[in-house]
Amino acid sequence: MASERRIDLYACCFRAPLLIWQSLFFVVPLGFMFIMSFWLVKNYRMTPAFAFDNWAKMLFWEVMWRSYGYTLGLAALTTAVASALAFPAAYVLAFRFSDAARRWAIFLLIIPFFTSYLVRVYAWQVVLAGNGVLSAFLGWFGMEPVSVLNSPVATVVGYMTLSFPLVLLLQTISLAAIDKSLIEAAHNLGCGNFRTVFAVLIPAARVGLIVAALFCFILSFGDFVSPYYLGGSSPPTLSIMIVDSTKSGQQWPRAAVIAVIMIMTLISIAFAAVTLAYRRRG
Amino acid sequence: MKSGSVKLALYAYVLLAFIFIFTPILASFVFSFNSDRFPSLPLGSFSLKWYVTIFSRPEVMEAAVTSIIVSLASSVLATFIGFCTAYTDYRYQFMFKQAYLALAMLPPTIPLVIMALAMLSWLAQIGLSGQVISIIIAHTVLGAPFAMAVIRLRLNDMDPSLEAAAWNLGASEWRTMREVVIPFAMPSIIASLCLTAAVSFDEFAVAWFVSGLNKTIPVVILEILQGNVDPQINAIGTFVFLISITLIIIAQALMFKGRKEVSAE
Repeated sequence: MASERRIDLYACCFRAPLLIWQSLFFVVPLGFMFIMSFWLVKNYRMTPAFAFDNWAKMLFWEVMWRSYGYTLGLAALTTAVASALAFPAAYVLAFRFSDAARRWAIFLLIIPFFTSYLVRVYAWQVVLAGNGVLSAFLGWFGMEPVSVLNSPVATVVGYMTLSFPLVLLLQTISLAAIDKSLIEAAHNLGCGNFRTVFAVLIPAARVGLIVAALFCFILSFGDFVSPYYLGGSSPPTLSIMIVDSTKSGQQWPRAAVIAVIMIMTLISIAFAAVTLAYRRRG
Repeated sequence: MKSGSVKLALYAYVLLAFIFIFTPILASFVFSFNSDRFPSLPLGSFSLKWYVTIFSRPEVMEAAVTSIIVSLASSVLATFIGFCTAYTDYRYQFMFKQAYLALAMLPPTIPLVIMALAMLSWLAQIGLSGQVISIIIAHTVLGAPFAMAVIRLRLNDMDPSLEAAAWNLGASEWRTMREVVIPFAMPSIIASLCLTAAVSFDEFAVAWFVSGLNKTIPVVILEILQGNVDPQINAIGTFVFLISITLIIIAQALMFKGRKEVSAE
């Protein structure tokens, strides 16, 4: 214990790699991006500056705010839909499945994370197109063909492709962790199945459910693939605007402004979610 | 009778959820063997032409090589960083530990398109963009939190007195690390290598931004998606899937085996 004040070389060796790498290639890049949002682009070249031109341009640009509202709205809608649709399934997986069956279900839920998201989005294109699989399928039942592609609905389907397995997984894990005797107690006190869900299960699993919803929101808010290839990019989401202004427009500082606005939005929402999750029951 | 039908409805609902999740995965697999350029129902004839197409395109093969190099290098780096971090968290209490752990777990909460922009602008600034090493650097950042999580889970099962026993028997800290801690953590280290390799093998946004002319497989898929779309995407996707799923099964099997050994002790 006497050596505690001494610089411990062994301990430093294990502490350093993360600090060095994530500072140099995670914290600094994000910080630099913030600084770059004040730089200017002259003759297609970035020049260091401390100017508010990009911020003024973006903040007073109506198109930006329409995209902002659209992105926020779609991400919120996806979060609500995914959480609501996943919950009954998570309930069944957590309480009606045997441990072994639940392990298999969880294994199945992990698979999607390791199949290419791009390939899955392309598959949805094929399924949802006007002359696609869904229309052909409906045709067998004598229904009219539908084209869902290039609509907000298709974007939400794409967002859900990304987030639904994660939401279901996190909800299942947090529900399965609930002490079963809580449910028995509720039943003994004359609480029906339905009421048990709302009065006991949802409050008990609140943190997990909110974390699942938060991740769903983050994934949807930041994704540029679904709104572009399924939603038809009209209007573009914020992430599409970042891609466009970086890839074709050479307007990195303006892209940085959008990125900073997105990060601030995410931080506020994450803060609100955490507050909600750990708020004392009143 | 009533509870029976409720039960049936609940199970049917779970089935429906899984159908939603697996529809695109199965569809892309089926369409990769389908002759039609614009697939629909009923299916066209069985064909391997999309597989022939991808093997005859040198840029796809080049991208495969780049992908393999990137995922090998970044998985080793991410696992090294993840192991050091997990061990630090397991063994030490120190000031600002919360901040240290936040730094370790934060990267997955930043949208990839923002990471991509930040990485691109910083790496360009220090002259490291547009190279294979740029993708390796970025994927290490993205993989390290997963590596840390997997290895930390394993260290949870290690009795703290194990290390102390080795010290008491005269082993140095470094020797204890080499002969006790690392062997104990080995299943999770291999699992982490597989997991982070799979993360890197599938990542497209950051790789697309920072890679320049050195495309990885997902970047090639993205470019096909932007241009003349055809089912060779499905053929490439099926290959990527087979590789990733192999890595994941190995990782899961190792972690599960590790847990069983511990509970048997």
